[in-house]
Amino acid sequence: MAGVGDYLALLKPRVMSLVVFTALVGMVVAPVPMHPVLGFFALLCIAIGAGASGALNMWYEAEIDAKMKRTAGRPIPAGRLQPGEALAFGLTLAVGSVAFLGLMVNVLAAGLLAFTIFFYAVVYTMWLKPSTPQNIVIGGAAGAFPPMIGWAAATGGIGLESFLLFLVIFVWTPPHFWALSLYSIEEYRRAGIPMMPVVAGAAETRRQILLYSMLLAPVGALPWLFGYAGLLYGLTAIAGGVLMIAFALKLFQSPAEQTAKQLFAFSILYLFVLFSVLLVEQSIGASGWGLPFGRVFA
Amino acid sequence: MSVAMSEQNEPGIVLTAEQKRRRRARSIAIAVSLGVLVLLVYAVTIVKLGPGVLIRPL
Repeated sequence: MAGVGDYLALLKPRVMSLVVFTALVGMVVAPVPMHPVLGFFALLCIAIGAGASGALNMWYEAEIDAKMKRTAGRPIPAGRLQPGEALAFGLTLAVGSVAFLGLMVNVLAAGLLAFTIFFYAVVYTMWLKPSTPQNIVIGGAAGAFPPMIGWAAATGGIGLESFLLFLVIFVWTPPHFWALSLYSIEEYRRAGIPMMPVVAGAAETRRQILLYSMLLAPVGALPWLFGYAGLLYGLTAIAGGVLMIAFALKLFQSPAEQTAKQLFAFSILYLFVLFSVLLVEQSIGASGWGLPFGRVFA
Repeated sequence: MSVAMSEQNEPGIVLTAEQKRRRRARSIAIAVSLGVLVLLVYAVTIVKLGPGVLIRPL
């Protein structure tokens, strides 16, 4: 019989924490301040919606999870939870989180949350992941939506600012995930998932990681270039982008598992620091020190 | 009558002590979640409506 911990594991708490953090940043940098109680409620709905996606993903992928060492201990493949229980849990949380966000905050944020859950559970998990090596490139959108949902919860709209935050996570996802998949090639092959290193080979994957890192460096700086973030963010984004390229170049030139792990770890740090700086700048009122290009475009 | 009586006397599914402990933990978790949800909905309602919560047709 499943325990409380098994149900919590279905929510993928680590993924959820990144979702909550990026959604919080989207909410805080929005020009419209949100009442703390409403903000907390919105974040809770977003977190539960993300958890629902995780539960639906684990329900659908239970057979694949059983074949991979990293995921074989999850509640369904380990036999502690029936697939139907996970499906019911996921669907209930998905409907509940979207309905409460719509009723208590606004319909746009709820619509974006519903689309994100659908995109992750259906478009990514059921369609893209088993069928194309571009799965995490397109599927990365699911992980990139949270700051946009946070922004929409606060403002009731979608601005260029929130789209830029979306873009940063979207372009960050391929080098981040492919670094992980480079040292899990055999597991993905055994599970029959067409990840990039399985289909195109490790060398091509390293080349694409380098290309995406080179794209990520300028994209990461866009919020500053457009005038929505301050100088501290700009400098952090440039330094972080250069380091991302340096790690990717090192991996491209010397294909060692250790280097792939370093890039994977650094990519998490990169995104965390970048979004933390946005939060800090907003808190100390330094976000107005950005370049004025954005105001010209806007 | 006697068949029904014997069915009533059958023990059915007997949970182990560990299963009972897990069921109890789940029940408590559901109760706490529902309680938190009620409090949150109350708090959000007050925040959204403010003093307007008292303005209603009699």
